[in-house]
Amino acid sequence: MFLSKLREALICLKAGRVTLGYPFTPHEPKPGFRGKVTVDTDLCFGCGGCANVCPAGVIVVSDQEPRQRVLEFYWARCTYCGKCEEVCPEKAIRLSQQFETATDTPQDMYMRLEVLMGPCQRCGRCFPPPTVLDRMMKTGFRNSSEGGRA
Amino acid sequence: MLKGLCRKALGKALWVYHANTGACNGCDIEVINVLTPYYDAERFGIKLVGSPRHADVLLICGPVTRQVAPALRRLAEAVPNPKLTFAVGSCATGGGCWFDSYNVLGGANKAVPVDFYIPGCPPRPEAILYGVAFALGLVPKKIAEERLNQETLEELAQGKSILTGK
Repeated sequence: MFLSKLREALICLKAGRVTLGYPFTPHEPKPGFRGKVTVDTDLCFGCGGCANVCPAGVIVVSDQEPRQRVLEFYWARCTYCGKCEEVCPEKAIRLSQQFETATDTPQDMYMRLEVLMGPCQRCGRCFPPPTVLDRMMKTGFRNSSEGGRA
Repeated sequence: MLKGLCRKALGKALWVYHANTGACNGCDIEVINVLTPYYDAERFGIKLVGSPRHADVLLICGPVTRQVAPALRRLAEAVPNPKLTFAVGSCATGGGCWFDSYNVLGGANKAVPVDFYIPGCPPRPEAILYGVAFALGLVPKKIAEERLNQETLEELAQGKSILTGK
């Protein structure tokens, strides 16, 4: 009994301090971690593939003005699955390593990206460059006006 | 004001009541993980309690399902003032994948007022610790609302190429 307690004490002494000093010392995630979503504005051409595959409907695509497509990211409900990153043909959308996303205002968990598009000469609506994603786009966007998604 | 209130009223220790409102258990496991000696939230005086009447903090995981919403409202009333409410995980912050389902309210803030949001699916234990430290005023806020633009046609005409950047 006593000896076993002594052994436990020895083990604890040998282990030393195991607690992370996290909020005061940084502790970076391992590579491959998927954190807050980021978009490279120069690379995105607004195909909307990310919006099509997003399971949580984080990305809402809308064409509000001619020559402009708006991608809105309501990433409060993002599940960090990384599908948008996989499907993006330009590697514009990335899940960064940032995990320190706690906030006290829900409006902070919102990102808006305005993409310049080439409008059709006849109808004036935006269209994306013809890519392999065209097939995927035929299923339609999760638009704010369609289906009542956010 | 909330920060000042936090320092004055809850400066010593935060006792947490953990409410699962339909979460998949991922967030719950991470919350328990925070309480282990490796992450050691008891450094900040954080401790799980068994009754909401003993608690200072209500920790909500999960999109609030329609069944549990009245219970959650009663739970929030049972926590004595001054209290803080944390929403942990994507489900509690915004509803997750189920934000527009018929059977969930889609986020804890639809049922009770929420003070702090910790997104993540599930959030890392470090992210939860960061949220707690943020509530205690130990660390600054690191995110903000983002409004991004591409360069306009006029800027492009001035010779600012997409490839060369700004």
